[in-house]
Amino acid sequence: MKIHEYQAKEMLSRYDVPVPRGQVAFDVDQAVKAAESLGGSVWVVKAQIHAGGRGKGGGVKVSKGMEEVRGNAQNILGMTLVTHQTGPEGQLVKKVLIEEGMDIKKEFYMSMLVDRETQSVVVLASTEGGMEIEEVAARTPEKILRETIDPATGMLPFQALRLAYGLKVHEHDPKLIRPMTKLLMNSYQAFIGEDCSLLEVNPLVLTGDGRALALDAKVTFDDSASFRHNGRDQLRDLDEEETLEIEASEHDLNYIKLDGNIGCMVNGAGLAMGTMDIIKANGGEPANFLDVGGGVTQERVAKAFVIITKDPNVKAILINIFGGIVRCDVVAKGVVDAFKDVGLTIPVIVRLEGTNSDIARDIINNSGMGDKIQMAEGLTDAARKTVALV
Amino acid sequence: MSVLVDKNSKVVVQGITGAQGALHTRACLEYGTKIVAGVTPGKGGQSFDGVPVYNLVSEAVQASGANVSMIFVPPPFAADAIMEAADADVDLIICITEGVPVLDMVRAVRYVKNRGKRLIGPNCPGIITPGQCKLGIMPGYIHKPGVVGVVSRSGTLTYEAVWQLTEVGLGQTTCIGIGGDPVNGTNFIDCLELFEKDPETKAIVMIGEIGGTAEEDAAEYAKANVTKPIVSFIAGQTAPPGRRMGHAGAIISGGKGTAAEKMAALKAAGIHVVTTPDTIGAKMAEVLG
Repeated sequence: MKIHEYQAKEMLSRYDVPVPRGQVAFDVDQAVKAAESLGGSVWVVKAQIHAGGRGKGGGVKVSKGMEEVRGNAQNILGMTLVTHQTGPEGQLVKKVLIEEGMDIKKEFYMSMLVDRETQSVVVLASTEGGMEIEEVAARTPEKILRETIDPATGMLPFQALRLAYGLKVHEHDPKLIRPMTKLLMNSYQAFIGEDCSLLEVNPLVLTGDGRALALDAKVTFDDSASFRHNGRDQLRDLDEEETLEIEASEHDLNYIKLDGNIGCMVNGAGLAMGTMDIIKANGGEPANFLDVGGGVTQERVAKAFVIITKDPNVKAILINIFGGIVRCDVVAKGVVDAFKDVGLTIPVIVRLEGTNSDIARDIINNSGMGDKIQMAEGLTDAARKTVALV
Repeated sequence: MSVLVDKNSKVVVQGITGAQGALHTRACLEYGTKIVAGVTPGKGGQSFDGVPVYNLVSEAVQASGANVSMIFVPPPFAADAIMEAADADVDLIICITEGVPVLDMVRAVRYVKNRGKRLIGPNCPGIITPGQCKLGIMPGYIHKPGVVGVVSRSGTLTYEAVWQLTEVGLGQTTCIGIGGDPVNGTNFIDCLELFEKDPETKAIVMIGEIGGTAEEDAAEYAKANVTKPIVSFIAGQTAPPGRRMGHAGAIISGGKGTAAEKMAALKAAGIHVVTTPDTIGAKMAEVLG
């Protein structure tokens, strides 16, 4: 689960990671009030959407004076912000973060994540603050510092110290080594304590008044750990999610909307991806990824039908179930009943493999639905038949 | 011959009395797997379908001599169950549980490795040596004793490949589901090494998916160390970047982890790459002549 910058900063504050003072605002008046209560003479108005690249897209504006705060908030709230991460359709901005302006002396990059290769948490840091880390990795990989954390000990003070000296913090101000190591140690506590899968601070800044702060913060939580974090659901922003995906998740269906016209219903994530691939290989375009999971019941199939067909692009549905534990005849009956329940009008191709697939074929062929539901002979045949329908 | 498990494997099931544990323990017993003990804290002294249940893994191992554990413990307690098994000197630990927090797995994987034990999973279908030992949630009947070693990050996609190998008459030596999580106990390279050493395994099927670089690493390893033919399929060629496709590990991030990159790396290593999952069996039959 991704959260907004303002939520990430509130979280970091609780772990004593210094962040600029700021307030979130949902309309222009709130934005102005926020700036007034923060005081000072320079503020930053920052669009709050999950995607990165907000600055380049015009979603982050430094504002000198209250009129500029008002003007910038007016422009940003309600704008459809397009960045390299939103896709061309962009994301509607419904809230802004108003922050005190900072006297920035130096910008760094810092992130923490679970590294697959070392199977550990790693901390990455770079002097190239404000740049995309992927870009730095491609062009100047030697500029990326890396500390691998032993899970038995957690991050050790010398590791934070090594990063701070590696970033040459002392060359800017030797007194900032300690605040920097404290920021890194506390960030690690936040990462572990909140079950993050990514914590990215870009930029991490040194200021003229001798502080180290997280000027931006991007956090992704590990959804599997939600059970030990009360209230995490309240941090979810449904505006950032696809409506159909929200509905699917409420029924424990794993659904991702795509751009094609062939709806897919498959058991198992790998087979679901494989099914999309075979549709494409046969000249079709999948409309979605959908894993119905292990319990392929009539109710679940019906729910999946409803969600798939809410996408108006869908012209046919391919059901691919590898039986295994569940019997094919039970699945076939569920599919036919669900088809009737939902009152589907678009054709469905069914591929069932496993125990009792012969009985399943009879059930499908004698469904009384004519050509509306057809049984396929194997995976290749299923893909070809479905593609021929659209 | 086979790898990791065979008819002599003595198995303890952790979480044997839970809904999933009970269901699959029965299926494994029916298949002929030697399940010698179960563990559910608080239910020690009971019996499950004739299998004695203990409160602790250490008690179960001491009483039964189990050398393999199969875990169906719910996600919040799964990592602890893995570490308990490793501490009880169980050599092979198979964790079926899906949805274990990643940071729990970071600790558990390190703990298991420090004790020199092997973990398979989590979030995996398990492991099966056809005709001898089934440890997991895979349907037993689709397998057939044979000559192909199968290793995969996916569940049902593995069944698909296995079924095709059975239909073309090749069968399998052992099938290992390593699981779809980003941090897991056993990777492709470990399995390639095992299959290369196993005299009965004549060829290998390797099923990967988008996300991470495990397939690229395996390709590099195979080029230098594996003499047996490998047929491979990578799921997720049509997956959009930045989206998690069901499995926690199946995500293309920062342009890394795409199917195209993986397929190119595999091909460069001399591996037979098929572009659709329906041709795995046929390709293997062709390769083995």
